[in-house]
Amino acid sequence: MLKNLFPNKILSINSEFINNLLIGMLLIVIVGLVYGLFLSPADYIQGDSVRIMYIHVPASFIALGLFGIIGLVSILNLIFSLKIVPFVGKSLAPIGCVFSLISIVTGSLWGKPTWGTLWVWDARLTSMFILFLFYITYIFTWKMLSNNRKANLITSVIGILGLFNIIIVKYSVVWWNTLHQPSSITLTSAPKIHHSMLVPLIIMLVGLSLYCVIIFLMKYKIELIKLKLKKKSNYD
Amino acid sequence: MFTKKVKTRLIILFFLLTISILIIYFFFRSLEDNVVYFFSPTEIFNKTNIEFNKKVRIGGLVKVNSIIKNDKSTIFVITDFKNEIIVNYEGLVPNLFAEEKGVIAEGKLKDKKYLFADKILAKHDENYMPPEVIKALNKSQN
Repeated sequence: MLKNLFPNKILSINSEFINNLLIGMLLIVIVGLVYGLFLSPADYIQGDSVRIMYIHVPASFIALGLFGIIGLVSILNLIFSLKIVPFVGKSLAPIGCVFSLISIVTGSLWGKPTWGTLWVWDARLTSMFILFLFYITYIFTWKMLSNNRKANLITSVIGILGLFNIIIVKYSVVWWNTLHQPSSITLTSAPKIHHSMLVPLIIMLVGLSLYCVIIFLMKYKIELIKLKLKKKSNYD
Repeated sequence: MFTKKVKTRLIILFFLLTISILIIYFFFRSLEDNVVYFFSPTEIFNKTNIEFNKKVRIGGLVKVNSIIKNDKSTIFVITDFKNEIIVNYEGLVPNLFAEEKGVIAEGKLKDKKYLFADKILAKHDENYMPPEVIKALNKSQN
């Protein structure tokens, strides 16, 4: 798994491969959107506003998942200090940041017709907002610090601190009374979403995850090229 | 397997993580009342330090047959099946406000059983189903 992230593997990726992935991703997302927005049924209480779920849930899932990876990468980085590892986190952060913003905005738009409010400071919404701030801090630390070693260390610490927040986001609806409802999909029990709604949700999740993979590969490749150029200029 | 350097880093990180988890745990425990978004009627019933001139949020289900609407206000009962609180609210209720559905009312308590609300939010659960399915389910139960 980790071997696939080594520079020679990544640098050999050509644009044709990326384009193929892109076409596949677009097809999956279009199928998911058509299924979710037109073919799937409306909810028995919420009506058509349930369709926001097909964007909101995958976006939240990806935002949490990507910061989870950033956190784990940060731990690996602090312990083993592998050369390529920090660039994985650096490449993932902007993608997760965008998806956390999408999650917050769509959630807000969903909250208005269902809950009757755009925003409240309950535990889930607040911790999700903090996740967004973590992404911003992480990205800006990389941007502001020109010293790579220093940036690497500080971002790793931010990544690990953010990992605690991820756990709080995930369990906020279990530990405290919140306006946000508990998770419909859990590992331990059957999903509480009818399969006619679950299928488009999963299709969207796959499509958007593939999008993340594509953007990640492109960003990560650029980081590795930069690294190589730096090395070369050091030798010259 | 690991070099000495890696081992020390592992140990330091492990201790730091344990300490941070403890700190976070106690931090949120002491802040419990501020972290929860609403109290249930039972929590209000058991609370000893209620400030009646301060706003609170109370959440639960709207009791069956409890909604009374007149031209000025909506009166209904929030229940958690152990304790109940009567809510008096002036204004528009959200679309999803209905009997046996989740609700959160924000306002000032007159006493432990009566709330003057100035904001009502609907709280929905994590179940998503098409209308036909819920109809079929209800049919098979009856």
